[in-house]
Amino acid sequence: MSADASFFQWVAFIWEQNWPLFLRGAGNTILIALTGTIIGFLIGIVIGIIRTIPVDHNTSLLKRIILKIADVLLLCYIEVFRGTPMMVQAMVIFYGIAMIYGIHLNPIPAGIVIVSINTGAYMAEIVRGGILSIDKGQFEAAHAIGMTHAQTMSSIILPQAIRNILPATSNEFVINIKDTCVLSVISISELFFNSKSAAGANFRYFETFLITCIIYLIMTFTITRILRWFEKKLDGPSVYTIHGSQTVPEAEIRIVDGGKLHV
Amino acid sequence: MSNILEIKHLRKTFGTNEVLKDINFSVSKGEVVCIIGASGSGKSTLLRCINLLEYPTSGEILYHGQNILELNVSNAVYRAKMGMVFQQFNLFNNLTVLDNCVVGQVKVLKRDKKTARKIAMEYLDLVGMSQFINAKPHQISGGQKQRVAIARALSMEPEALLFDEPTSALDPEMVGEVLKVMKNLAQSGLTMLVVTHEMGFARDVANRVVFMDEGVIVEEDVPEVIFNNPRNERTRTFLKRILEKE
Repeated sequence: MSADASFFQWVAFIWEQNWPLFLRGAGNTILIALTGTIIGFLIGIVIGIIRTIPVDHNTSLLKRIILKIADVLLLCYIEVFRGTPMMVQAMVIFYGIAMIYGIHLNPIPAGIVIVSINTGAYMAEIVRGGILSIDKGQFEAAHAIGMTHAQTMSSIILPQAIRNILPATSNEFVINIKDTCVLSVISISELFFNSKSAAGANFRYFETFLITCIIYLIMTFTITRILRWFEKKLDGPSVYTIHGSQTVPEAEIRIVDGGKLHV
Repeated sequence: MSNILEIKHLRKTFGTNEVLKDINFSVSKGEVVCIIGASGSGKSTLLRCINLLEYPTSGEILYHGQNILELNVSNAVYRAKMGMVFQQFNLFNNLTVLDNCVVGQVKVLKRDKKTARKIAMEYLDLVGMSQFINAKPHQISGGQKQRVAIARALSMEPEALLFDEPTSALDPEMVGEVLKVMKNLAQSGLTMLVVTHEMGFARDVANRVVFMDEGVIVEEDVPEVIFNNPRNERTRTFLKRILEKE
């Protein structure tokens, strides 16, 4: 590459030289972010459910004590992992386990663990908020027909709460895609780490990281579109069918939201 | 006539606020009892206590002679026997009209899905909503929602149905369709306990009218006596105020 090559020639050159490195990095970033978000989401759901278990006059003393202890422990978990940077958590966990137990974790599984528990701490509060946002009447109606708390949660409340927290969840996913770059401190070969390697070979930081930037943007943009589509799918059709009319019993009338009639 | 429900010395306090003070009354099979009274008189709280949505501070609720406030009685089983219709409908927003009427049967009564659907369809037909089984709650009107809520409660085949101001949240033109359904139910012999501001309904349909004021039952009698010849001064004042408006 000659010294007077233009900016775009440099960008093209770096991509040609390093595209497998970029793609591998992007692949690892997606792998860690996706797995971490899913596991974190599940952690959040479990904690959110535990922290919203109602305590009333019927609750036995033992159950009250267990719930109280669980609540304190979970609150500690949430506060610690929300209150410290993920980069620092990565250092502490990765090197801490190596020092105390003599176990050298593989970087990628270690990265997944860190992202998962970090996301879990955020999701726990998001899920709790999602559950609390459901109208009290939904609980009352379910209890009034004799459903237990567990049945109410699984059939009525969680489906609505999860739908409501999906936007926040896709937010977390996007944040995770971007924030996995801090895991480069424990030498995980994700996109940022690999970009640094690429840039180190040619000292063209701006051109290299411009490519990195575009790859991040493509990933986050694609992910948000996919999740938006998923949300719409969960909302179900905006059309429903009326079965039979008073004059023609076998007629099917399609009603579209907003009152437009399609016969 | 056998008593389904007997309430003895029921009290309910919220903090220092005593909402129900020593309530005693009973409901027998096939009876339609309307509870009337001003806002804040405790009628909704009474109904919610009967369904255990509020837990009474003290007193007894005897269901076929058994006190359901004792710990060994399952609340879920009892609640399934006492259907409840809410002022705000409270249809399950994530489920279709049909599934609203099916979910309780499957989860609580352990009926299989096919039977549950058949029973749900019968009651949806009864309230005139069988055409809308695929609609979600947000796609239908208030009156339709309330009729589905009634079908949902009926699908559990309860011994009695409790109505907590079922028409108060409805637009005036939708009140009629709900009252019509309720009237038909009353005539079919269903035991009903209705908290209502619809004096016309109370007068025409109830076997007995209970007037509540400030947490006590002031007077209870057949509608003819309550509406034409109330004995208590407070009943008279309340009815005068209400009926003048109508």
